[in-house]
Formats: sequence, C-alpha cells, structure tokens
Amino acid sequence: MNFHADHQMLRIAGGVFAGLLAASIAGSILKHTVKSEHGQATVDNMNARVRSWWIMIGIFAFSFMVGPGGSMVLFALISLLALREYVSLIGSVRADHRTLFWSFFVFTPIQYWFWYTGWYGLAVILIPVYAFLFVPTRLVFAHDTKGFLDRAARIHWGLMVCVYCISYAPALLTLNIEEYQKQDAKLLLFLVIVVQMSDVLQYIWGKLLGKRKIVPAISPNKTWEGFLGGVASACALGTGLWWMTPFTPLQALGMSLAITLMGFAGGLTMSAIKRDRGIKDFGEMIEGHGGILDRMDSICFSAPLFFHLTRWFFVSPHPVIQW
Amino acid sequence: MSSQFAARIIAASARLLAGPTVRWIGSQPGRRQRVYFANHTSHLDFVVLWSVLPHEMRRRTRPVAAQDYWSTGLRRRLAVGIFHAVLVERGAKSASQSSGSSGHLDAARRTLEQLVEALDKRYSLIIFPEGTRGSGESVAAFKSGIYYLWRQRPDVEFVPVHLSNLNRILPKGEILPVPVISHVVFGPPLQPEANESKESFLAKAHRALEELGRS
Repeated sequence: MNFHADHQMLRIAGGVFAGLLAASIAGSILKHTVKSEHGQATVDNMNARVRSWWIMIGIFAFSFMVGPGGSMVLFALISLLALREYVSLIGSVRADHRTLFWSFFVFTPIQYWFWYTGWYGLAVILIPVYAFLFVPTRLVFAHDTKGFLDRAARIHWGLMVCVYCISYAPALLTLNIEEYQKQDAKLLLFLVIVVQMSDVLQYIWGKLLGKRKIVPAISPNKTWEGFLGGVASACALGTGLWWMTPFTPLQALGMSLAITLMGFAGGLTMSAIKRDRGIKDFGEMIEGHGGILDRMDSICFSAPLFFHLTRWFFVSPHPVIQW
Repeated sequence: MSSQFAARIIAASARLLAGPTVRWIGSQPGRRQRVYFANHTSHLDFVVLWSVLPHEMRRRTRPVAAQDYWSTGLRRRLAVGIFHAVLVERGAKSASQSSGSSGHLDAARRTLEQLVEALDKRYSLIIFPEGTRGSGESVAAFKSGIYYLWRQRPDVEFVPVHLSNLNRILPKGEILPVPVISHVVFGPPLQPEANESKESFLAKAHRALEELGRS
C-alpha cells in the first residue's frame, strides 16, 4: 500500500472542495432569505453540519497525506471514540470495568495493528472469534452473574460494530489489486464519498419531498422519497466516479448500490438502539451531526461488505482447494 | 516545565479521558468567588471538575483534598504543585458534627481555618461535602463542614455541581481507567436565609445537588 497524489486524487480533492464551498455559499444565502422560524432552525442545523464537514474533511485529508499509517491511526481513534459513545450509552456495571479496559486498550489497537501489517487472516477473526471467547471469560472472573449474557453480548456487539466493522474502511488500503497498485487510497475515498453523500442526499431529498415514512417506529425522519432519491443520486455519483476505482461504470454502480443499501441498514440499526435507549444522538462531539457514531453508522455496515466484495472479485489469485 | 503549562496539559488529558459534557444551569462561568460543592464517586472528580473551568478560573480555584491520600510522592506533587490543593485532615469534617473527641474537634477547626484562609485570599474552592466516595447511585448525607464554612463567609456563592459517570471511568479500587463520557452540571447558587439553621442549610444544599442529578 502506498500513496501518491496523482492527478485523479487532485481532481477528487478539487471536487470535494468545490462541493463544500457550494454548500457553504448556499447555506449563507439561505440564512438571509429564509424567514420562518422552523425554516431558520433547519438552515442553522444545515450550516452547522456544513461547518463540521469542513473540519472532518480537513482531518481526513491530513491523515491521508501522512500515509497509510495516518489513516490507520485516524480510524483507530474513530473506533475508540465510537466505542466510548456506545459504552456510555448502553451502560455498564462495575464488574464490566476490566473487560472494557481490554476492549478499548488491547483489542482496538491490535485490530488496527493487524490490518496495518497486512495480516489479513488474523484481522478478520480477531474480534469475531477471539474477542468473542475472551469477553465472557474475562467477565466470569469479575464474580458477578447478574445479567451475565446480556453484558457479555453488549460488550462484544460494541467491539464488532465500533472496532471490527469500522476497521474495514482503512483495511481497503491493504488490498492488492492488479492494475491498481499504489492507488488503494482512492478506494477508501470512494467508499467514504459514496456513503457520506448518500446520507447527505437522503437528508436533502427527505427535506424536499419526504412524505411516506418507511419505519416510523424507528426513525421518523426516514421517508421513501428521501431513501429512493438519496440512493439513486448517490449511486449516480458513485457510477460517475468509476474512473477513480478499479471498476467499470457498471461495476461501480453495483458497488455503490451495495454501499448505500448497507449504509441505510446501518443507520436504521443504530436508530433502533438510540430509540430503545430514549435518546436522539450518541453524543454531541460533532456540531450539527451528534456523536461520532451518528456519523459513522452507515460506514460500520457498508465497509465490511464493500471490502469483501472488492476482495472477492478483484483480488487474485484466490486459493483453489485441491481435493 | 512550568506548572502553568503542566496544568494545561493535565486539564486537557482529563478532558480527553473523561470527555465531559458541560452544562451551566442558572449560573455562568465568571470571576465571582465561589465554593463549588459536588457529589463524590471517583478520584477523578476534582480533576475533571477543575479541568472544565475556563483557564483563568482554574488558576483561581483550589480543590480541597484529603491529606492522607494526597500527601505522598507523585500525588503530592500533583496536588500541591499543579492543582494547588488545600490538603486537609480526613475525618475532620465528620468531627465537626461535634460528636468526636477533642482531637477531632481540633482537626475540624484547623480544616475550617484553612478553607477560610484560602477564601480570604480570593480563591474559589471545590469541596465534596459527602466526605467520602460513594457508589454513584445516590448522593450521601452531607457532613456539616460546608455549613460552618458558609457561616464564616456567607457572601461567597455556593454552587452545586453534579458529576456523573466518573465512577464508571475510574471506580473505587481500580487503577486503570475506561474512557466513558461523563457529565458535569453546574447549578444555580444556593440562596440560604441569613439565619438558616444547620439542618435546613444542609438539606437545601443536598436537595440542590440531587435535583441537578435529575436534570
């Protein structure tokens, strides 16, 4: 894995910059034209989101320029912050303390270390297998059986979502795709752009046309109009970005569809958890967006699938078993 | 390394670890001299409370801490050098409930003198009137030291501060922390009557803290 700023990368950077600039300008125009109180609140929230986007993209770009290590460290930190929001929200008891310490400060760094060293075999099973066995074992030694299975499952679920799933995003940098050497960084960019734009576009379509709710019991803001419009336009965007990937336009469309649908599933799943806990956001770290986990929910679900689809179809050779 | 610089580093690390959300309800950060009184569940309590104050206020605010815990080695260097803590004898506050021996009463008097002296030098204070760390589920009954302090200096604002989740970061008996998001809520200053009795002052202060915990 390696990075260099080829002309494609510069084009993407220019595109992102232009998009953000357009959003900022549109926001400041709306601020002066929208008069109703409800409309003002929406515009203020939108402008807060755009401001936060500048910061998030700035941090992301910086980690990119540092190199693969920079991206690994950035996503490891994101995992830690996401896990922190998760644990804070779902609660823990005194007896969970040391198991949680292991989750934060042992499993999380090791997970990213395995990806960084390209140790695929261990990176994909560390948390699903070894943490799965470790968590209940460590909990046993805390001598508290109250809600045991529930506690073990919650901790492991947090590791899966916040650490394992998110780690698949920078893991894209370790794919060794023929004809696409030293360009994996653009694959990560592709994922992040399609996922996040899908969220943004669903928000916009929903605000403009949203009527029929999809799952009112879970997320009152998600409408069929927003969903279909957002997915369609994000897929169109993803298809239009095929040149930055190893995919043909048609393949890019398929990948975009997989990414956006999984992202949608991730958003709904996290909404269900928040609803159950009676809160709106996981945190208040990112102005206008809520917590890190509110921003990462769609990446959590789409990154693993995107990684494995790409690896399955574009990384050769696959081991062939000789019976 | 200057202690000012070290103080900033420590405040920043405390905020990084404890990720505190901070709310001021009915009071604002400002230059007024205050006694912040908070519920106590973790050794991190005063560090985090202190770290969320604006830098200028932090320099003028001293935590009150138990001498037996904070007076050796590294802890002492932190407590005295960085936090500028007022170290007091433990058990002193409970002794001021006038049940103890004369030794305890002396200790209580000395503690009170130390606190009044700090107030007279225009410092604000952070105190934990429960006297010891609790489990975090409820606020224990207050020791009476806070009442005597108010009697001595009634013009100082007594501001309740409710801390939550810090016991989940570093519970009693653990050395290694787990980063959980904590919450710090500053409430409106107490408004005691001029001749408020001890019982009613303590009840008022206790209720103010409990209500903040529910807000």
